[in-house]
Amino acid sequence: MYPSRFRYEAPTSIEEAIALLSSLEDAKVLAGGQSLIPMMKLRFANPANLVDINNIPDLGYHRADSDGSFRIGALCRHADLEKSKILGEHQPLLAAAAPLVADPIVRTRGTFVGSVCHADPQGDWASCMVALGGSIVAQGPSGKRTIPVKDFVSGPFTTVLAHNEIAVEAVIPPAQGTRTGGYLKLERRVGDFATAAAAVSLDMSDGVVKDAGIGLTGVGAQTINASEAAEALIGSRLEDDVVERAAELAAAATSPRGDHRGSADYKRHIISTFVSRIIANVQRAEMQVA
Amino acid sequence: MTSLFEELQPTIADEIQTTRVDIRINGESKAAQIEPRLLLAHLIRNGFRLTGTHTGCDTTNCGACTVLLDGAPVKSCTVFAVQADGHEVTTVEGLATASELHPIQEGFKDEHGLQCGFCTPGMMLSAKALLDENPNPTEDEVRWALSGNLCRCTGYQNIVKAVLWAAAKMRGEA
Repeated sequence: MYPSRFRYEAPTSIEEAIALLSSLEDAKVLAGGQSLIPMMKLRFANPANLVDINNIPDLGYHRADSDGSFRIGALCRHADLEKSKILGEHQPLLAAAAPLVADPIVRTRGTFVGSVCHADPQGDWASCMVALGGSIVAQGPSGKRTIPVKDFVSGPFTTVLAHNEIAVEAVIPPAQGTRTGGYLKLERRVGDFATAAAAVSLDMSDGVVKDAGIGLTGVGAQTINASEAAEALIGSRLEDDVVERAAELAAAATSPRGDHRGSADYKRHIISTFVSRIIANVQRAEMQVA
Repeated sequence: MTSLFEELQPTIADEIQTTRVDIRINGESKAAQIEPRLLLAHLIRNGFRLTGTHTGCDTTNCGACTVLLDGAPVKSCTVFAVQADGHEVTTVEGLATASELHPIQEGFKDEHGLQCGFCTPGMMLSAKALLDENPNPTEDEVRWALSGNLCRCTGYQNIVKAVLWAAAKMRGEA
């Protein structure tokens, strides 16, 4: 299968890329291409111009900054995160999700930021970013702006990025205490879209939940921010009844459609099970440390 | 130099953007004049006539078209050929030397790691990327590394054995 014909540009600086996006009609940014290229081959996407950012240097980083925030550059591949030596210590939720994104070959090419920009309701990283309260830094002709991911995604496959803006970086705010969490995903086989998946992030201090976030994958028309469920956890010591309540609220926040992967009820059940299981796993790990 | 776009569109050639790519493939430098929308898998097969790289699903699922791009496994149906400009590509043809099979190829032969053979080139390149990074993988690690490559014949058992066999051989233990 061939995509429609397009013109190709491969700039070597962000400024040059933004200038191209400003001057070209119907241009799309190409990063890892693991969603965009299949969509172009199926002719779901037919951009007239592609601006390939892979030749722009110094965008492949992921790092913890001294203020406690965590930054992921636009060309950081899923595999970079999966193999990272620092990710687990700083962002346990992302470390849990990294090996579950797509399959190992796609992970060598696809990017974290690109995945969030693709805004697929089945995307794993957007749920993680919602749970962590993360943002996307967009750079355009007049400079940079920071957009929380919950506002960044405006609908399925749609973001608030302007035509001449590039998502240059993802930023995750510092932890309030010790950050923990996890990601669980049910898929029929590696690389399939998730039947359902849940991202839970917990910032703990002396056994008390200081901050919490829950993002849900594949159980609605877009990534779901289960904020009521997360709020139910804040201030608690993760007592059984609190966790049970949060798991119920998370399931209630979904609007899944029954399909060949499972009925709507089944998917809701998975979500409540996953939310309580992630929290149980976190508690078990803490007990082992203590 | 291979010129793929001329074969595709001789009549409207003037209006079409083409670009020259220089790729080091299996240690050999090659150049081609191509359209940007040409996929790496098609340049390898139709341009360079290296037909060991198979296109299976053409939808980023099956992994039959897996090649190494600067040592990392990629699905060559999901990379534009123009993106490989200035980079190094390894296909299954780059595994064996003139007289000798690569240990991974020997492993697939000895352990019956294939039936129809369609997925085998992709499997072997994913296996190579794994063994380059981890010379002593566990069975689980092999299964994990190959989980992006689909095989509809074998049930994977012998493929996993073949990779473990190759790993042992490459460590000098077999």
